[in-house]
Amino acid sequence: MKIYLKIWRQKDASSKGKIVDYTMDGIEGDMSFLEMLDILNEDLISKGEVPIEFDHDCREGICGTCSLQINGRPHGPDRLITACQLHMRSFKDGDTIVIEPFRAKAFPVIKDLIVDRNAFERIQQAGGFISVNTSGRTVDANSIPIRKDNADKAFNAAACIGCGACVAACKNASAMLFTSAKVSQFALLPQGRIEATERVQNMVRQMDLEGFGNCTNTGACEIECPKGISLDNIARMNREYLGASIKG
Amino acid sequence: MGILDSKIPSGPLADKWTKHKNEIDLVNPANKRNIDIIIVGTGLAGGSAAASLAELGYNVKTFCYQDSPRRAHSIAAQGGINASKNYQGDGDSDYRLFYDTVKGGDYRSREANVYRLAEVSGNIIDQCVSQGVPFARDYGGLLDNRSFGGVLVSRTFYAKGQTGQQLLLGAYAAMNRQIHRGKIKSYTRHEMLDLVIVDGKARGIIARNLITGEIERHSAHAVVIASGGYGNLFFLSTYCMGANVMAAWRTHRRGAFFANPCYTQIHPTCIPVSGEHQSKLTLMSESLRNDGRIWVPKKLDDAKAIREGKLKPTQLKEEDRDYYLERRYPAFGNLVPRDVASRAAKERCDAGYGVNKTGEAVFLDFDAAIMRYGKEKALTSGLKDADNAHIRKLGEEVVEAKYGNLFQMYEKIVDENPYKTPMMIYPAVHYTMGGLWVDYNLQTTIPGCYAAGEANFSDHGANRLGASALMQGLADGYFVLPYTIGDFLADDIRTGPIPTDSEEFDKAEKDVLDKINRLMSAKGIHSVDYYHKKLGKIMWNKCGMSRNAKGLKEAIEDIAALRKDFWENVKVPGAADDKNQELEKAGRVADFLEIGELFAMDALERNESCGGHFREEYQTPEGEALRDDKNFKFVSAWEYKGEPKDAKLHKENLIYENIELKTRSYK
Repeated sequence: MKIYLKIWRQKDASSKGKIVDYTMDGIEGDMSFLEMLDILNEDLISKGEVPIEFDHDCREGICGTCSLQINGRPHGPDRLITACQLHMRSFKDGDTIVIEPFRAKAFPVIKDLIVDRNAFERIQQAGGFISVNTSGRTVDANSIPIRKDNADKAFNAAACIGCGACVAACKNASAMLFTSAKVSQFALLPQGRIEATERVQNMVRQMDLEGFGNCTNTGACEIECPKGISLDNIARMNREYLGASIKG
Repeated sequence: MGILDSKIPSGPLADKWTKHKNEIDLVNPANKRNIDIIIVGTGLAGGSAAASLAELGYNVKTFCYQDSPRRAHSIAAQGGINASKNYQGDGDSDYRLFYDTVKGGDYRSREANVYRLAEVSGNIIDQCVSQGVPFARDYGGLLDNRSFGGVLVSRTFYAKGQTGQQLLLGAYAAMNRQIHRGKIKSYTRHEMLDLVIVDGKARGIIARNLITGEIERHSAHAVVIASGGYGNLFFLSTYCMGANVMAAWRTHRRGAFFANPCYTQIHPTCIPVSGEHQSKLTLMSESLRNDGRIWVPKKLDDAKAIREGKLKPTQLKEEDRDYYLERRYPAFGNLVPRDVASRAAKERCDAGYGVNKTGEAVFLDFDAAIMRYGKEKALTSGLKDADNAHIRKLGEEVVEAKYGNLFQMYEKIVDENPYKTPMMIYPAVHYTMGGLWVDYNLQTTIPGCYAAGEANFSDHGANRLGASALMQGLADGYFVLPYTIGDFLADDIRTGPIPTDSEEFDKAEKDVLDKINRLMSAKGIHSVDYYHKKLGKIMWNKCGMSRNAKGLKEAIEDIAALRKDFWENVKVPGAADDKNQELEKAGRVADFLEIGELFAMDALERNESCGGHFREEYQTPEGEALRDDKNFKFVSAWEYKGEPKDAKLHKENLIYENIELKTRSYK
């Protein structure tokens, strides 16, 4: 099939970017979206042009590296997948596809379709851990029984891949879903309760410092999340935060 | 022992590690503050080592090419992690885990290293649970286990099909705690381009900032290489796109011996290749073999009809199907080790029984499991008269709870519903058992340079068992390196910071810049991917699932010729002092073009079949691997001497004092 592409090109963080048009022919439905971009890049290289830079790595939807806004939606039209899992069969002959980087003040563009997500790193560093020493001896794993439903909920929250689709989907560029996923995972586990108060306060403080917006309660983040992280996590984080504030 | 001293402690097997820990030198906590350690790679091995070493008080610098340590490819490991907890009470023990791992590796790994791995395995689970890793649990609130290939007990801990993700996020969280304290400085989007050796010791690295293109010097008292495996030299593999051998290979070029490069794991259950433009292959977890049955049609005509789309697999009667693993290996059935399962699939497809368009796929069928689980669920739900459709629905729900994300992944890629029609699978390159040669302390042949996780060679022999990679990565990082590295660093408590303005750093930086300039100024005819794909084809066809002397000799020549062509004619657009993904790829492929040749040489040298290394000349009449313990019971450790063809082979003899060497049988 024939595809018309409109792709964001930007030389570096300080340059101005623009949309550039490309046309591709002979695209097959079984190709992945990123393989389609590989072909485009091969073509640009053969013409002596600079290829389009985009972040990608595992190409199986788990590393969270790819970060493309496709036709206005993070990771494109399909639900519960990342851009690297999207296949060209989701498009039809003659379609125009607009590809941009994830847009947020806290995610500055590095080059073309690549953004800087270090703000997420700093939120995790502020409290996304349990303070136990990894080199020491601890208690036997089965001496901490955990209700299965809580363990499952903690797992579901922990499945976040840190891609940033939630931020890119949100009109306020809020990082509440991302931050709440980690807060929830630990809040649901007895091991994490010990530092729960400090954790939620520190992570939320860092989230605000990074310039992410407030939650709009729209739920776009949940819809676009490739791992289906639930809005319940935001509610849980708000409850944790309120509790922590009352405790002081 | 010659120059390869494995430093295995004396004494009974089960006491070696404890004895060693008691005897090696330690660095006191106040002095650790004056010692710097560089760790390259932040997957399970690098991430866990970074967290533990920082926590002990050392100053750690980590380097990864990804934009976050959390994105290392350990994240993609699906099935689980082994530990000899014996929570299921099915007779598991440290010894049994040790035994299974040595046997699974086809008796080509070191006894003492593997026993230590088994010994610390339980501690890993304790550690991860206290970190908040959400392993699967049963309704009583205790941890659940499942079974993996090559073993007869249930010792695999898991978190749905995302065990690697959860374990890596655990290590990442532990790292974040240390980054927050200022004990780890994390350099992301950085790539190690060379190792710097000062007075015979590893004292730093040259790295490229992948955003600015700047070449940076970083010094330390010791360097840990935890940069993973080199399977991407096959181009198509289950590795992530960026996985590369650069850090390990450039360490090898600086003097570290490279061990067993030809030991590659080809994983039996991957989604088959669909077309020419394919960039990577996707694994379907081995855990699926707990419930999936592997088969091809019994009759060639049926296979042909299925390939042509005239016959659906679900239409084929039970008696017309060949469940070849159950037929050939009744004791282990579908749960034979990976090397055995992969070869058996290739054997059937080569004989003409393949089931996809290209004839390179077999079926993985969940129908029996769906009906079995459905019946059980109907009974426990009190439904006595459930009809088949209802039972099937219940069964599909059980299977979905177990493997839902894997089924979804399959459907997204192949566009077929695996609940309704069997999956199609074919083997793909997945892991490399070979790597930098290390002694019992995980030190390479360069003093002060260590290798951990998939980047080293020590624990899996010629074939790795499922759920053992996560175990080894975390064992190395959490529980082995933090002890053993002290033995070397104890001499450095008065050394002070290592300066980066020395001659050695000047020279290493110049070498790196020269190399980059050569890549940028080549004639510019073909892209980097053009060469990478060509190399991949040579590797897959001549150094893949089965090998012979003729093909390997050809591969050696082909790769050398391709390498020459690459350096003359590769085309790298853009600039070196800029973000440049093509330049990143070019540097990686340049190294693949060297290790590929050494790989083929190693495979040619090893005149036997063992584990993942199958030489067609050495097989039993039934087509099973034929080991030669008399002549090949050694680790091949290659010394760099310039061109790959000049590499010098050293041998570390393997000594088996606790296990009797037998022909590996899963029948």
